[in-house]
Amino acid sequence: MAESTRYDTVIGLEVHAQLSTRSKMFCGCPTTFGAAPNSQTCPICLGMPGVLPVINRRAVEFGVRTALAFGLRVNAACRFARKHYYYPDMPKNFQISQYEEPLAEDGWLEIDTPAGVRRIGIQRLHLEEDVGRLVHEGDFAAAQASLVDYNRSGMPLMETVSRPELRSPEEAAIYLRAFRAVLVYLGVCDGNMEEGSLRCDANISLRPRGAAELGTKVEIKNLNSFRNVQRALEYEVQRQAEALTAGRRVAQETRLFDADRGTTRSMRSKEYAHDYRYFPEPDLVPLRLDPAWIEQIRAALPELPRARRQRFASQYGLPPYDAEILTQSRALAAYYEAAVGVHDNPKAISNWIMTELLRELGGDDEATVAKAPVSPANLAGLVRLIDEGTISGKIAKDVFARMLASGEDPVTIVRREGLTQVADAGAIEALVDQAIAANPKAVADFKGGKAVAAKALVGQVMKASGGKANPAMVDRVVQEKLSRI
Amino acid sequence: MAAPTIHELTAAFARGEQSPVAVAESYLARIDTLDGRVGAYLTVMRDEALSAARASEARYRAGAPLGPLDGAPVALKDVFCTRGVRTTCGSRILESFVPPYDATMVERLRTAGAVILGKTNMDEFAMGSSTEHSAFHVTRNPWDLTRVPGGSSGGSAAAVAGGLAAGAFGTDTGGSVRQPAAFCGVVGLKPTYGRVSRYGLIAFASSLDHVAPFALDIVDTALLLGAVAGHDPLDATSVEAPVPDYVAALAGGVKGLRIGVPDEYFGAGLDPEIDRAVRAAIDVLRDRGATIERVSLPSTAYGVATYYIVAPAEASSNLARYDGVKYGLRVPGKDLIDMASRTRAAGFGAEVKRRIMLGTYALSAGYHEAYYGQAQKVRTLVRREFEAAFARVDLLAAPTTPGVAFTHGDKADPLAMYMNDVYTIPASMTGLPAVSVPCGFNAAGLPIGLQLIGRALDEPTLLRAAHAYEQATPWRHRSPALG
Repeated sequence: MAESTRYDTVIGLEVHAQLSTRSKMFCGCPTTFGAAPNSQTCPICLGMPGVLPVINRRAVEFGVRTALAFGLRVNAACRFARKHYYYPDMPKNFQISQYEEPLAEDGWLEIDTPAGVRRIGIQRLHLEEDVGRLVHEGDFAAAQASLVDYNRSGMPLMETVSRPELRSPEEAAIYLRAFRAVLVYLGVCDGNMEEGSLRCDANISLRPRGAAELGTKVEIKNLNSFRNVQRALEYEVQRQAEALTAGRRVAQETRLFDADRGTTRSMRSKEYAHDYRYFPEPDLVPLRLDPAWIEQIRAALPELPRARRQRFASQYGLPPYDAEILTQSRALAAYYEAAVGVHDNPKAISNWIMTELLRELGGDDEATVAKAPVSPANLAGLVRLIDEGTISGKIAKDVFARMLASGEDPVTIVRREGLTQVADAGAIEALVDQAIAANPKAVADFKGGKAVAAKALVGQVMKASGGKANPAMVDRVVQEKLSRI
Repeated sequence: MAAPTIHELTAAFARGEQSPVAVAESYLARIDTLDGRVGAYLTVMRDEALSAARASEARYRAGAPLGPLDGAPVALKDVFCTRGVRTTCGSRILESFVPPYDATMVERLRTAGAVILGKTNMDEFAMGSSTEHSAFHVTRNPWDLTRVPGGSSGGSAAAVAGGLAAGAFGTDTGGSVRQPAAFCGVVGLKPTYGRVSRYGLIAFASSLDHVAPFALDIVDTALLLGAVAGHDPLDATSVEAPVPDYVAALAGGVKGLRIGVPDEYFGAGLDPEIDRAVRAAIDVLRDRGATIERVSLPSTAYGVATYYIVAPAEASSNLARYDGVKYGLRVPGKDLIDMASRTRAAGFGAEVKRRIMLGTYALSAGYHEAYYGQAQKVRTLVRREFEAAFARVDLLAAPTTPGVAFTHGDKADPLAMYMNDVYTIPASMTGLPAVSVPCGFNAAGLPIGLQLIGRALDEPTLLRAAHAYEQATPWRHRSPALG
């Protein structure tokens, strides 16, 4: 990486997010992932002769919601346009997208980087339809036939283009994570990169440190994980820096990331760039958005991850780490706040969620949190039992295990299983008296100045109580009785 | 004897004097006997037609017909998708295409009880003015079999003129219904853009394509329009305005109507016989109480040039889907691009290829602004001129075509063919409603069309004036001597 320090890195990200609408962008077909090939298609998303598109209002609403969350200006009128190129996965051989008049323009996303807070500009946001998927028989090069699955054809996509303001591969990954978190919070995209719900292309160029003019831009496609975004860009920084240092020109081209090799390879050069022949989609009228509707969407915007994280830290006195984990998903944050609302011990509840609950759930997304067998109120109830001295922390772990298994509330479990700490002074005195009578040596040692001998007696009492005696009370009674001997 | 109109037929059905089945059978028999000479049909839907006629007859017997179109034998240009019936668009590339859906207008015709006799011939993908560019066969003009019926909806026009259907539908993109209506001596109405859903109409040029009826008279035209008009949630460009009762609106005549006569429609290139017939028709309207005044639409001169950028541009995009991957013709190739190239080379005719190339060029980087961009500006200009004219007048009157039906092969030069649309293109580009109504015959006995153009969504006034003219003249009583 030595030569790379001579250059400034300039990165911009294009993110395609599949919107979580029930139906496709321009027809009524369902959007469920993983259905049998071509089972979710109709004449419209198959591009049959004579069919026409109709805009999915929900997709527009999701686009507006996202635009407002990133501070973009929602255009009073926008238009769809046809983007032409031939590919068998695209039924009409044009894609309905937006070109000169996108849904929204000019916003930003603030990200927390090791170098501090940075505001990354977002140039535009537009809606479009997805294409189908080609399935090649065997190896791509040797394949004798290709099959097309049009289930994905016509799925609603939202494309956002960042300004070239990211300064390192690491920043790009941070941007993408923060961006994803916002989409998931807004409920507009499930953020699943493995299933392709979130896809990213990166534009990257290098220029001599401090130079004003941008270097030649390379576009990298096929970045299907946060890690791969960072790896691909790191490789590209290295590759371009070596080229520039050796006095070679960086070609303007599109490159494909090969995750197995960790390298990028040329896909097509600018000379072969498509002429997309954009023109306004004549089958759709310009989309005019009612300002009142936009304001309604704005008013219903949820608190976004970064703001919520900051609030959790200040309102609940949580360490930054806790606040970060608890606000990763809207569902988990809501779970936390529901629990704290029942019993006011923010840090203890945070600990229980982060150590016990998340380990059991194995995820923090909406569906997983919704299925948690322990409700927020029950988790809060458990912490209350500890705080009130009804059960010990050790017993509480057992109670939690039972709560996971049965979904019951902790009070019921503790009562039925007789797990309540013995806090009855008379019962504890009787146990202490028995222990003192049975252990004259320990009493003698204590009297001889060995303070630890009292611990042995406490241990005896706890054992005799089956662990249910309140340890603090036992300790106090033992000390009292010994001092009186 | 003149062929019966739809309203005459269905009135006879309602009175029990005629049977929908017998009438359907007589039309099918006539098609069997005569269509070998005319070539109006690409597909005759005998079984479907008879089963629809039987259902219609049962409704009449039960005293519950669906309305004034119940049992009406109609023909559809092969551009409208019909569920389970092959829809070729006049092209080899769709020769075997059987849509799994009905066009919205087809669905509405079925709901109205119409009996669909078959699918009619057309210029391939509706590109042409003579129906000579069908991939299958030519259609002949019933008035003179050596002549073209016009196009691109020539099959539908010839079917109605030749008594091979009582009414028909075509599509009008630059004049493709009005021009063949004029050539074949029938009525052709291009409604306002958005008045009738385009869902299921195989697109040529989306911003110009109109679903348009052919009929023997204006009452039938009003009935056919009323059956298919109205908003369709499947067509985002369809208009939400309520559909008036077009037949009821025919009464009242032209008294007090202001009719504009645009200077630019009577210039060089207009056949003197047509000039005379159209001016005589305007005199009839004046005699019936309309006020006639001269207007000017100077952008008319740019109409054809503008149209031949916009329409091919949209066509190049709309026709991109025919690549052999999903349906229709497939010619194997060494890879996907090769397959698409070979399929398109074999599947499209010369005129379609010419327009795809024109349109692709007009949208290409570097030329986009000079051609497509400029054409859109001219289109706006034309629209404004019409708006200004309609501030002064209620209707415009003009010839439908500069000449009468020409002989086959006469307009082999594409530009000569394109000039045929000079008077019909402006209403296409502005989306304004326009009707061609028969206004006489030339010395050789060939029909001439009067074109009336109205305000957006003002089909009632347009049809009222056309009806008044029709009732005042004898032209609708003449039929070609086909046999």
